[in-house]
Amino acid sequence: MSTLVPHTVRSERPTRTGRGRRSSPLTWRWRDRLALAFAWIAGLGLCAIAAAIVLYMGYRGIQYVRPDLLFSRPAPGKLQSESGGFLDPLAGTAILTLIGILLAVPLAVGSAIWIAEYGRPTWLARVVESSIEIVAGTPDIVIALFGLAIFQLRLFAPFSFTASGGGVFGRSFIAAGAMMSLIALPPLFTATRDGLQAVPAHMREAAFALGKTRIATIRRVLLPSVRSNIATGVTLGVSRVIGDTAIVVLLLGETLRIEPQGSAPIVGLLRGTGSSLTSYVFENSPAGEGAAPQKAYAAAFVLMVFVLALNLLVERIGRSHADSLGLTVAGAVV
Amino acid sequence: MLKRVCNPWPDHRAERLLGAVSLLVGAAVVAMVAFVGVHAWPIFQHDGLGWLGPGGSLATEIANMQATSAHPPASAYHLNAWPLVYGTLLTTGVAVVLALVLSVFSSIFIVELAPARLRRVAIPVIRLLASVPSVVYGLIGVLVLVPFVGNHVITSAQKASVQNVVELTGSGLLVTVVILTVMIAPIMIALICEAFASVPSSWREGAIALGVNPLRAILAVTVRAARPAIVAAAVLATARALGEAIMLSMVSGSTFFTPKPVDGTVFLFEPLRTLAAAIVDYHEGVSAPALRAALYAFALLLLFAAFTLSVAGYLIKLPLRKFEVRG
Repeated sequence: MSTLVPHTVRSERPTRTGRGRRSSPLTWRWRDRLALAFAWIAGLGLCAIAAAIVLYMGYRGIQYVRPDLLFSRPAPGKLQSESGGFLDPLAGTAILTLIGILLAVPLAVGSAIWIAEYGRPTWLARVVESSIEIVAGTPDIVIALFGLAIFQLRLFAPFSFTASGGGVFGRSFIAAGAMMSLIALPPLFTATRDGLQAVPAHMREAAFALGKTRIATIRRVLLPSVRSNIATGVTLGVSRVIGDTAIVVLLLGETLRIEPQGSAPIVGLLRGTGSSLTSYVFENSPAGEGAAPQKAYAAAFVLMVFVLALNLLVERIGRSHADSLGLTVAGAVV
Repeated sequence: MLKRVCNPWPDHRAERLLGAVSLLVGAAVVAMVAFVGVHAWPIFQHDGLGWLGPGGSLATEIANMQATSAHPPASAYHLNAWPLVYGTLLTTGVAVVLALVLSVFSSIFIVELAPARLRRVAIPVIRLLASVPSVVYGLIGVLVLVPFVGNHVITSAQKASVQNVVELTGSGLLVTVVILTVMIAPIMIALICEAFASVPSSWREGAIALGVNPLRAILAVTVRAARPAIVAAAVLATARALGEAIMLSMVSGSTFFTPKPVDGTVFLFEPLRTLAAAIVDYHEGVSAPALRAALYAFALLLLFAAFTLSVAGYLIKLPLRKFEVRG
């Protein structure tokens, strides 16, 4: 065949036109087929693990949760039928969440506004941003030890449980709540900052053109428009605080009942010791002292219900400004 | 005066106030390093970084520390924390490697392979797994997995083979690593999925058009393009695994034992203890000065590791930022 003769069109019937033929895995190499199978197994396996955890906790919850557990206080008792319920841990979780969020919101929102809207000098803004990243990466157990070191200072003695001899234990709702605010801070900060940075510049310009000052713009224009971001951040923060155990175990004094310190009604409570749902689960598991697995399961079930509810809440709030897949909200894994 | 009441926040004062609030956060980090460092100092003073080394019996050293009074002799600060460091490195390393493989493949599944309906299920599932509190993982581990492994997986011959050294109850390396993997995989999957989704699909389609099969195209194009994000996810997950305390304290067996790979399959069941778990286990002894210094030294080590990892994560994400790929 001469090279001058143009190539003839191949005589075979052309392959199907239109949407094209999908390559069937059956024709692939073994390695690719294995990888495909492994991807399916990994994905479905994770779903199965999650389903197993939820179903198992649900099963144990239905088995052991009784309404009176939710409304009775823990009591000393060797038998699981005598040791009471977990009203105090529930209240403890609520108090800790409240303190943590109340402290974290002004800190996080304030610094997010400063970073996004002022941020001068630039190096200082970078320092603040990286220190929040460091806080986000610090293990909660280290934060708990830090809190213990701070609140055992004589200076902070009024904030915590104090022995009759004047020894400062550094353990109280205030101590634990203050450290909880460090746990809740990073997601709250990131959510607010990302929201502020996503506000289009013309909104600020329009406000400035109307003669508003910077801070008035922030208060009247920017903050209302990032309200849902702040709400997402608060929800993320709450779920962190609710799920945290190490800080409670180290800083709340490990008394299952709430033990107020002193007689002042609210101050005494905040200075006192107590427990949260997580520390209740920990103490009642075989790893703790109580070894009351039924109580631990019941409390863990309540904890899971809270976590699931918060998850749904994040999804509802976050849907309007979700990232591409909705897996990470505000750079944080939910 | 009236003007000040009506308009309490002039611009410059607001800026200064917000700046001060931000600096408070920075100050908290400085204070954290300072406080933990000061409390850990006696250990470093005693023999520098030598306390990280092997040798000695950590259990008796810790017992000595607990026993000392308010003014311990210098010898009480002697510490050989290698079993804890080894336990931390072992559990973290194995769990991160397992979770990395698992999460790359399940991210491929979620982003590229799963039918839309299945993906809508998978994404909330991953978020749920990421938000389950560690104490719940620990509870399931200690009440379900540990008895199962102890009663049905470990044979009595295996128990007898090491009975003079350590008791095999089921809580140990295997259960620890499995739970830790499940705990950190969702974090990695979330970050890797976001990175995969941000790789332009035309790149992959181009590869398919050149005749590569779709899975090859995913591995060669999508995974390769998202490599920095994968490493960043691994770094973040490593930080999480290093700092996990409660779950490890519940299921790792909590003994100062170093699992030895030469033991064969028994290695998988040998108990251990990590730095973070040791802090939880011994937090009640924090009033003894020597033990207190030791616990703070562990915390300082964890803090240093977390700091290094977050710097590493930042450096890894730099190329991602340059190409404006979200990671």
